[in-house]
Amino acid sequence: MTATETAAREVGKARTRKEDARLITGQTNWTDNITLPGLTYVAFLRSPQAHARITGVDVSAAKTAPGVIAAFSGADFAAEQGSLPCAWPVTEDIVMPEHPPMAVDTVRYAGEIVAAVVARDRYAAADALELIDVSYEPLDPVLDMEAALRPDSPKVHEAGNKSYTWTLTNGDLEAAFRDAPIVLERTYRQQRLIPSAMEPRAVVCAPVAGEYTVWSATQIPHILRVMLALVTGIPEQQIRVIAPDVGGGFGSKLQVTAEEVLALLIARKLGRPVKWTESRSEGNVAVHHGRDQIQRIRIAAESDGRLRALDVDLLADMGAYLMLVTPGVPLLGAFMYNAIYKMDAYRFNCTGVFTTKTPTDAYRGAGRPEATYAIEHIMDDLAAELGVDPLEVRERNWIKHEEFPYTTIAGLTYDSGNYEAATATAKELFHYEELRNEQSERARSSAPVRLGIGVSTFTEMCGLAPSRVLGSLLYAAGGWESASIRMLATGKVEVVTGSSAHGQGHETAWSQIAADELGVPFEDIRVLHGDTQVSPRGMDTYGSRSLVVGGTALVQACGKVREKARIVAASMLEVSPEDLEWADGRWSVRGDPDQGKTIGEIAFAAFAAHDLPEGVEPSLDSDATYDPDNFSFPHGTHLCAVEVDTETGAVRIRSYVAVDDVGVVVNPQIVEGQVHGGIVQGIAQALYEEAAYDSSGNLVTTTLADYLVPSAADVPPLVTARTTTPSTLNPLGVKGVGEAGTIASTPAVVNAIVDALRPLGVTDVPMPCTPERIWRAIQEASGGAR
Amino acid sequence: MIPAKFDYVRPSSVDEAVRALASGGDDAKAIAGGQSLLPLLRLRLSYPERLVDLGGLADLRGVRDAGDALEIGALTTHYELTRDPLIRRHCGLLAEAAAMIADPAVRHRGTLGGALAHGDPAGDLPAVITALDATLVARGPSGSRAITPADFFADYLTTTLAPGEILASVRVPKLDGWGYRYEKFHVTAQAWAIVGVAAVARRANGHVAEARVGLTNMGSVPVRARAAEAAASGAEASAAALAAAAAQADEGTSPPSDLRAAADYRRHLARVLTGRALAAAAGVS
Repeated sequence: MTATETAAREVGKARTRKEDARLITGQTNWTDNITLPGLTYVAFLRSPQAHARITGVDVSAAKTAPGVIAAFSGADFAAEQGSLPCAWPVTEDIVMPEHPPMAVDTVRYAGEIVAAVVARDRYAAADALELIDVSYEPLDPVLDMEAALRPDSPKVHEAGNKSYTWTLTNGDLEAAFRDAPIVLERTYRQQRLIPSAMEPRAVVCAPVAGEYTVWSATQIPHILRVMLALVTGIPEQQIRVIAPDVGGGFGSKLQVTAEEVLALLIARKLGRPVKWTESRSEGNVAVHHGRDQIQRIRIAAESDGRLRALDVDLLADMGAYLMLVTPGVPLLGAFMYNAIYKMDAYRFNCTGVFTTKTPTDAYRGAGRPEATYAIEHIMDDLAAELGVDPLEVRERNWIKHEEFPYTTIAGLTYDSGNYEAATATAKELFHYEELRNEQSERARSSAPVRLGIGVSTFTEMCGLAPSRVLGSLLYAAGGWESASIRMLATGKVEVVTGSSAHGQGHETAWSQIAADELGVPFEDIRVLHGDTQVSPRGMDTYGSRSLVVGGTALVQACGKVREKARIVAASMLEVSPEDLEWADGRWSVRGDPDQGKTIGEIAFAAFAAHDLPEGVEPSLDSDATYDPDNFSFPHGTHLCAVEVDTETGAVRIRSYVAVDDVGVVVNPQIVEGQVHGGIVQGIAQALYEEAAYDSSGNLVTTTLADYLVPSAADVPPLVTARTTTPSTLNPLGVKGVGEAGTIASTPAVVNAIVDALRPLGVTDVPMPCTPERIWRAIQEASGGAR
Repeated sequence: MIPAKFDYVRPSSVDEAVRALASGGDDAKAIAGGQSLLPLLRLRLSYPERLVDLGGLADLRGVRDAGDALEIGALTTHYELTRDPLIRRHCGLLAEAAAMIADPAVRHRGTLGGALAHGDPAGDLPAVITALDATLVARGPSGSRAITPADFFADYLTTTLAPGEILASVRVPKLDGWGYRYEKFHVTAQAWAIVGVAAVARRANGHVAEARVGLTNMGSVPVRARAAEAAASGAEASAAALAAAAAQADEGTSPPSDLRAAADYRRHLARVLTGRALAAAAGVS
């Protein structure tokens, strides 16, 4: 008898989040809020050179500056600092260079740490940085991936600029391309992005007699603990990592950073607590960047547009070093270029390339937005080639609803989906036919503002991840998640989760699930997370995994609690356990429902332990650790209408419809928020964002004045809706939603812009589609006549 | 980031402020709303040793009707510019442009005087003041003087304010009956203009009798598009005629090429947007 057989009361409700009252009234505990007696402040000096030998570091003037306690150069840490870890060496022969947290003899990107000052306050630390004298012998920067792979290129590392090549193939590609009626070949650029979490990164490290407490604005407290132990040699049981309130991440706080390791080493050296907080301009150069790929895509198709084959060749910019999962990010996309489509052959080939830029790593969809962008862009090109509606071409190729579960050419088995339903709903909400009619009417005039319609039908792989699959991909850790339920004496509940929320609302959603599973009021449940001393076991939060994997662990743990409670209840009621049935938080005698005990009564009986059966422990508390069998596959259809002013290149998003299928929904309000935020982030990549470097390798976009992100004033009206195709892979039927919005929206917007301009001869606009780039594309297409 | 150390004084009279600035020389800087200066301090692009806070100077506040002109105190905030009934009535261009600056937080602290004294050609108000033929009134050790916009804006982030001088007020001629439009072309709502066009036009008998156009971010100082103004004067008040007049909008400009836009694109924008601004100012629907 399971809880899901009772009418679910909490799951599905748009509950106001438990987190919000304190978050929006400033009763928060961000890492930078933490203050301790004797706290010192560290500031890091960063290289202004993209590539140079360090010939000298003189910290003597800094050491004697007012308020300064200590100043360090790389030589001070060389023996103990080890190398920042890469947990995903994707091939056996991968080139994985040493990555010292503080540079010792060579810097390889502008922003790399070369020295540190520790002072009594952050102002003295900032002032003292200017007194440090570093001499550099400049080397040639390496800024272009294609140039980096040529034999005459300057080397970022001794072993060369190629880190790895990774290939996935299935089917006979050559045969599929041979004599194909249609072959399209395109090159797209995924621009480099800078994560812009609302909360800047910070770390506080407090040493007490050989034990270290590390507070960090991190998404991965458990993984960070293991890694800090491995890197510094401090025994794992002597390290406690706490992620207090964390203000956003999207992958940018999925990292083991130089700052965290150095803060720990400095705290150990000085025997004093240490704090570091980044400024926005420091963060832009120091936080790991996202994307930065050159994508060469080829498709072979029949004359009616049915795909035969897809060939993807990728150059992926690693930046100067491999960080935690840097080389694996493009591989997450490897399984997604084929998307929702059927085909006979597929090849994915990726080369990881070093450049003298900030290292890249997981960000905002990590490999899947890149893949979805490429396939959805070329599908629109295919539609244009055929003169067929873009949605029609997709429908000819997608997996039909009745064909699920379906194993794709990339080797993944999608459990369930309904692309027809999502698309039909989207078309209706968008007024697709009317807009296409309006578009053809307006195309007849020569008015400068043109209407474009963009389509994006996507799926993604999330709910990371089955541990055996991670192992087969040479990722060092697993993909399980853990939950513990503690049934308190007074009938209240503590849920301890290994997930680590940084804005996702887990405290609320986990309370809703546990309320239904245990029959306990939503308000009586407290969710604990983010502290390795409180939540001893977890694989943390990223990859839209927490609800699927962590939520399932929670359901399983609740099931164990119910079964333990059944045994105790049977004893209390003097019946056999098989005679009991569960409903609404109560075990009662089948056929005699007045004879029953609530879970709270049973918890107290276990606590008092006066009369427990032989061999039964005096506790209902239960743990579960769940390792998924598969990824999960939310999907959706996004439609975007833009007005493009061909005289200026300005783009206005006129309407945007998102229909997403994330399986069963626990909290619709949280899902809405995730979808809204994701869509805006994806629009930002389409229209605004780019990390720009100058020819010397300096990052030019160091502030939000230069690296443009949208504000509320820029967000167009969003229409969102859902279809529900439950997952067949977990008891909740959930699929994950954190990254779906951002994966879908970028191609929807770019496809709309190209759709508006195709009649003028424009076939592509490179991202970000700034007004200038749009204007130039129009000029080039018309030979400058406009 | 954190600014370098500075001394801070908050004078209670204009004379005291002038003395504090004059004695500090190149190492002293005036601060009003701080919306331009504070980012420079925090990025350590500017290292004044003494900040002279003008915030307490009541003499520099307020909008006064001076007959054929308005006298606007230098400490008037952008927000106040958008709301003041005299400004809205007699030089609506200033209110319209001020409403587009950055975001509400910036507009509630940033000041007219501060924006002008900062001398950023990418800021909105220098071009507006230039189009309005306003007079900038400075007060310094040698007393008061009146400066035209052309004489005031010398170079990128450089005005002809002498050491010890502060902007006290701006005198804007009333343009009752004139149409106006500030066209600000930017990528996100909070971003600086890639190009901006401040246009005022007086209409008579279906024609533009007189027009003035100031350009934002088309050079190291705000510029008047004089060729376009001449072409527009007497032109039919129609979109086509004014677009034709605007074809010369970029004459005499030297727009920058930077992260946001290349020079040739800026020239193109200046021409297109001047046509649109003139049409709007001329009441063409």
